[in-house]
Amino acid sequence: MAERVVIVDYDAGNLRSVQRACEHVGIPAEISADPADILAADRVIFPGVGSAASAVDTLRNRGLDVALREFYFKGNPLLGICLGCQIVLEFTEEGRRDCLSLVEGVCQRFDFRDRVLKVPHIGWNEVEIVQDHPLLADVASGDEFYFVHSYYTVPTHQKNVYAMTEYGLRFCSMLGQDNLFATQFHLEKSGRMGLSILNRFKEWRC
Amino acid sequence: MLSKRIIACLDVRDGKLAKSVKFVDTRDIGDPVEKAREYYLDGLDELVLYDITASSDKRDIMLDVVESVAQEVFIPFSVGGGIRSVEDASKLLWAGAEKINLNSAAVQRPELIAECSYAIGNQNVVLSMDILRVGTSRDFPSGYEVVINGGRTPMGIDALDWALRGEELGAGELVVNSIDADGTREGYEITLTRMIAEAVSIPVIASGGAGKPEHLLEVLTEGKADAALVASMVHFGEYTVSGLKQWLHDQGVKVRMRW
Repeated sequence: MAERVVIVDYDAGNLRSVQRACEHVGIPAEISADPADILAADRVIFPGVGSAASAVDTLRNRGLDVALREFYFKGNPLLGICLGCQIVLEFTEEGRRDCLSLVEGVCQRFDFRDRVLKVPHIGWNEVEIVQDHPLLADVASGDEFYFVHSYYTVPTHQKNVYAMTEYGLRFCSMLGQDNLFATQFHLEKSGRMGLSILNRFKEWRC
Repeated sequence: MLSKRIIACLDVRDGKLAKSVKFVDTRDIGDPVEKAREYYLDGLDELVLYDITASSDKRDIMLDVVESVAQEVFIPFSVGGGIRSVEDASKLLWAGAEKINLNSAAVQRPELIAECSYAIGNQNVVLSMDILRVGTSRDFPSGYEVVINGGRTPMGIDALDWALRGEELGAGELVVNSIDADGTREGYEITLTRMIAEAVSIPVIASGGAGKPEHLLEVLTEGKADAALVASMVHFGEYTVSGLKQWLHDQGVKVRMRW
């Protein structure tokens, strides 16, 4: 029987872009806001753009926070993208919200007082892979991905950091833990390299 | 380090690709979906689809174009032309655009920027400004004026003021399009681009006037633009996206070279 892949809908951005990218690599993914669908899924993709504060609030109101935690602890593959990457941590400075606490760490704002660098960090930037991961089999250090964000993740433990990116400071651009992997950049908008991560996610056994 | 972006703009009229010269004489040059895919595979960093369809009853053709492009092109792309409401913007995003470009309608009703920014996030709202050189005066301290309707209607608004206002209202990026330079292929308006790029803290995309690789180099360095928009120089096959990027890379500009 075909696997059931669900994209979490919490009114945070263009989920159809993610769905189209999935289609392109042969993942028939459905978009759902129903916690029951998350719990019944074999794989879950947790994307998102926009404000983390309203995103966290929406997740709570729909009971999706509980469903996502339960899904994660079942051990099935979970892929976070952008906001989804931030919300798996314990806390975000954006609107000072508690998050899902799947991975230890916080999310902080880029704060360049001298205004030498623009915020949000928008555009293509390189990753430096600091730890191998099955989803990164087709990605090399120096490959570029498309970022749009004003906050960055700070995992507490180095073991959760898979890649770093330089923008005024060095920040974690990919993180992971057990059956969870997450990218700060929009892999669905990062060309062939981004699609390669999605393609590996399709087959990921963790 | 962040790369400078090369953005290709496709003007679409009635679902077909058109290239305007000074916004007046436009001619069809092919299928936008095919061009978009070609550029994507050749290393384009971002795409803009601009709907220049005259009659509003044909606007829905654009949604089909957006939908088709989104199925094959996995880089960010924005859509502009004729967006007057959050509803228009949402339709385009749902069809597959990443960002929307506001232009004339935002000049006529600036709250549109704030409304779109609230509804779809400011990172997805691009304010595209058509600008004419008018010389410095009391009314135009920057020496540039905002125009609409493809350059035909002057609005009596100073370009620098409008850029700052747009940022304040929630635009996430600015396209600075020089009407004087557009279609000339004699180079971007460096003074204008630099003035705006230095004044705002959101990314600035330079538009209008690209004809040679040197023009891109100039606007991305001296002009302080974060991205350069190209159109005719790649549409007619004279230059390729990958060729331009290789050349810029050789000149020491940080551009994405692996795709």
